[in-house]
Amino acid sequence: MSTVTAPAPGKRKEKAVASDRARAETRLGQKLVAPAIVLMLIVTAFPMLRAIYLSTFDYALTAPDDREFIGVGNYLTALTDPLFWKTTGITVLYMVVTVAIELVIGFIFAMVMHRVIFARGVIRTSILIPYGIITVVSGFAWQFAFSFQNGFVNSWLPFIGDDFNWFGEQTPAVIAIMVSEIWKTTPFMSLLLLAGLAQVSEDMIEAAKVDGATWMQRLTRVILPNMRAAIMVAVLFRALDAYRIFDNIFVMTAGAVNTESISFLTYRQTIEQFQLGMGSALSVLLFLSVLLVAWLIVKIFRVDLAQARQEA
Amino acid sequence: MNNRTLNRVGMVVGCLLIMVWCLLPVAWIISLSFKSEASITNGNPGFLPSEGTSAGWANYQAVWDNEQFRRAIFNSIGISLIATLLSIVVATLAAYAIARLEFRGKKLVLSLSLAIAMFPVVSLVGPLFDMWRAIGLYDTWPGLIIPYMSFTLPLAIWTLSAFFREIPWEMEQAAQVDGATSWQAFRKVIVPLAAPGVFTAAILTFFFAWNDFVFGISLTSTENARPIPASLSFFVGADPFNRPASLLAAGAVIATIPIIVIVLIFQRKIVAGLTSGAVKG
Repeated sequence: MSTVTAPAPGKRKEKAVASDRARAETRLGQKLVAPAIVLMLIVTAFPMLRAIYLSTFDYALTAPDDREFIGVGNYLTALTDPLFWKTTGITVLYMVVTVAIELVIGFIFAMVMHRVIFARGVIRTSILIPYGIITVVSGFAWQFAFSFQNGFVNSWLPFIGDDFNWFGEQTPAVIAIMVSEIWKTTPFMSLLLLAGLAQVSEDMIEAAKVDGATWMQRLTRVILPNMRAAIMVAVLFRALDAYRIFDNIFVMTAGAVNTESISFLTYRQTIEQFQLGMGSALSVLLFLSVLLVAWLIVKIFRVDLAQARQEA
Repeated sequence: MNNRTLNRVGMVVGCLLIMVWCLLPVAWIISLSFKSEASITNGNPGFLPSEGTSAGWANYQAVWDNEQFRRAIFNSIGISLIATLLSIVVATLAAYAIARLEFRGKKLVLSLSLAIAMFPVVSLVGPLFDMWRAIGLYDTWPGLIIPYMSFTLPLAIWTLSAFFREIPWEMEQAAQVDGATSWQAFRKVIVPLAAPGVFTAAILTFFFAWNDFVFGISLTSTENARPIPASLSFFVGADPFNRPASLLAAGAVIATIPIIVIVLIFQRKIVAGLTSGAVKG
């Protein structure tokens, strides 16, 4: 998506005429990009290959001598286990609900921040605070807030008894985890959307206003289509981040009462139960499902945006 | 006229909402950190400490006297700053190339950084643990700095190349017409224009590193390199449902102070960055 928009029209011609310059440009480009590539590969390529390799073994760190090649055995075990699918379902739920809510709230925040003419510094400072706060701290803050022993949520909510235990069963525990996740990451969403909003030309909005477009029309036909790149980046990054939710679950419930995500399941297999073979297979499955989610998001956004454009 | 007043009221309400949203949980954890430890064990519900259960600075004193906690703060600051600095340098170079130059391998960089951004960190932890132990990076600063750099690069590259596309590139061409090389045009014309974007990317990068939990709990074992999130989570005690809440809150507040300081320092830059990004050349 980014490569299509980048080159200026004059560039092509210049390249055809002066191939020396084009070659120099290629050399410079590759030189500038090389350190980033090397760094990104060091930490991912080898460990990932190793994970694929290990996933074909029945291998536990507690009994390294009993290591045995079983091919796709681990994958079959995982994929036929209802626990895997239950965990995946919960993970998708975390992702869809948090990202949807964050997108709406984040967009409202971005609109306010974009328009506001007073106290800009204060607003932007406050919005950066949840974003900067450690997820673990956010998890603690909300866990204690929801706690019936020392928290305040029960006494503030009218329909909830003072001794209601949010972490006693699945639904309230999932809600508590989602609240922490949404509180913490909405600022990220709104900052990315604000950057996109800043790129929408004021003249165009003004022109739509002069032509008699209502506020809603300006929003859906001018503002949103023109910041599609920013929305796409924000949703893509946040959705994939939410799909890998781990910290909040670790801190708030430690996976109890069926709040476990797929990342947490993988962590538990690898680190806590030392099942390196099964853990690696889960890692690979986790990666593949993340790929699928990314592909779906890119796909959905293209369709939507094409429609939005035709309308405009 | 009426419409304008309505708009103004809406803005004020919006601002207040944002501030309540952002600051209420922070106020809560500060308030919690002043509840006395004894009252926490018996249960001390409510937003503010109830009558006679305020602990003063005792919780802060207790946390600050904890050697491991102080080391963790120091580790987090050092590791995050170094990782941010290195990552931004590398990402700036790459983002410039991506936004501006035509070269073979551009697609590869973009797909690779996307793949890394999507990468489920948890799945790397096992193999990295083995690798780092083999080459002696386990439980050291570089052992965390390297993965932090790798995992902050995609976001930094994306953010920066988005910023770079908004820069008035005619100025670069003008410099080149005046005889500057590609490199000179980059360094003398583009870098000053791009600086606000770079600061924004630096904030994103720093917060990622400061926030990291998965690497922090699995690639360290002692206060040698253990960062603050991992340290806080190990502060827990035996029963995960009955934590020393007020002590943890005090630790969390201390861990949040550097964030607030950095937000205050960088906030002007990010305002400049975002507004100048809006002005198209």
